[in-house]
Amino acid sequence: MITKRIIPCLDVKNGRVVKGVNFEGVADVSSPVELARYYSDSGADELVFYDITASFEGRKLFTDILCQVASNIFIPLTVGGGINTIEDFDRVLKCGADKVSVNSGAIKNPDLIRQAAQKYGNQCVVISADVKRVDGVFRVFSHGGRQNTGMEAVEWISRCVENGAGEVVLNSIDTDGVKKGFDLEMLEAVLKAVNVPVIASGGAGSKADFVELFQKLPSVDAGLAASIFHFGEVSIPDLKKELFSNGINVRY
Amino acid sequence: MVAIIDYGVGNLFSLTSSLKAVGGDTVITGDPAVICSADKLILPGVGAFGDAAEKLEASGLRQVIIDQAHSGKPVMGICLGMQLLFEKSFEYGEHTGLGLLKGEIVPMAGSIPDTLKIPHIGWNGLHKVRDSFLLTDVRENDCVYFVHSFYGANCADSLVATAEYGKELPAIVQKGNIMGCQFHPEKSGRVGLTILKNFVFGVSR
Repeated sequence: MITKRIIPCLDVKNGRVVKGVNFEGVADVSSPVELARYYSDSGADELVFYDITASFEGRKLFTDILCQVASNIFIPLTVGGGINTIEDFDRVLKCGADKVSVNSGAIKNPDLIRQAAQKYGNQCVVISADVKRVDGVFRVFSHGGRQNTGMEAVEWISRCVENGAGEVVLNSIDTDGVKKGFDLEMLEAVLKAVNVPVIASGGAGSKADFVELFQKLPSVDAGLAASIFHFGEVSIPDLKKELFSNGINVRY
Repeated sequence: MVAIIDYGVGNLFSLTSSLKAVGGDTVITGDPAVICSADKLILPGVGAFGDAAEKLEASGLRQVIIDQAHSGKPVMGICLGMQLLFEKSFEYGEHTGLGLLKGEIVPMAGSIPDTLKIPHIGWNGLHKVRDSFLLTDVRENDCVYFVHSFYGANCADSLVATAEYGKELPAIVQKGNIMGCQFHPEKSGRVGLTILKNFVFGVSR
């Protein structure tokens, strides 16, 4: 039976991982290679690298780092951040990324997903959406969640999937950082609309939040989080043990 | 020396890195002379079957691989590369494979419950059907990483291990020196590396 995936997300700026505490056995917690190995050894099912660098030099550094990670860690790697063109896809895929996540790039150019899916296959293209309730309607936000695009989220995500996105990362701005659990209502609306894997993001504060996610929404495929893993509030082996003891199928 | 056959399909970065990690001496090549002098061959592949089969034919490597396989050289197909080892595929039309293994490639759609998502993406447990040197140090239900929408049917002849996704889907196949993995061993952590190591250093029977 297929397992539920647990995915830590690492923000990388100028080749270094942003934020985090020191883990035992990790000499440099801001080294993407060391941290990736630590998470991989802890049982992470996949890693997301989010490049928050803006400069050209920074991007080059990011791809060099990515190559290093990919030659040392043998689990799926997803890359997001600054993906606006097919050349950006090419740049990170050549360095060993397996999937590429697009957000603002797809909002600016809705044809990007179709082009990328045709060239690299649907399995390679992930639509990442930052969504927030505005007057009771789910709206897509761009620019790192700061700007309301006015688009209705379920409709937008469905369109991206029709265009060839093979996976959805749904990040709820409403629950992000609140640490009181995933946005089950928003997730349910998206799960009803698409038939590709959906990854829940935003709101995880404890192991119990993941248990609730997978028990209440059995069709969610994965849970993604950043700070609770980086700050050691939840360890992946403990989380998997907790999920397993609650009857949720995980790899460990 | 293990030759990773390069016929213009897919990205070979991770596969090469993972073979290096298990200590395998590897070369990426589309040169028939290098392929013929290698000890073992890996046939990679992502994308559509028809397109890949055409590229194999156009590169002139189709017959080279078939001859090498018939000479007894170990050949491992990975993902689409595994599917290419079979007789034919019904992925968007009907396409001829290498015919090194009995069976055909068919869509999951319609043959698994429609509540399940396609592609089959994620980590799934291996269930042993029969012994193979590829499974040395691999335990029952060890998870490996899958990404596929089509699967091998009528391949009982070579079936070594399956994964359950609405039905038992072929995960590892082997018949003598011809073998394949539907999943991506280069993305399957410790278990995947173990299987690659078994291929590189083991002896197929």
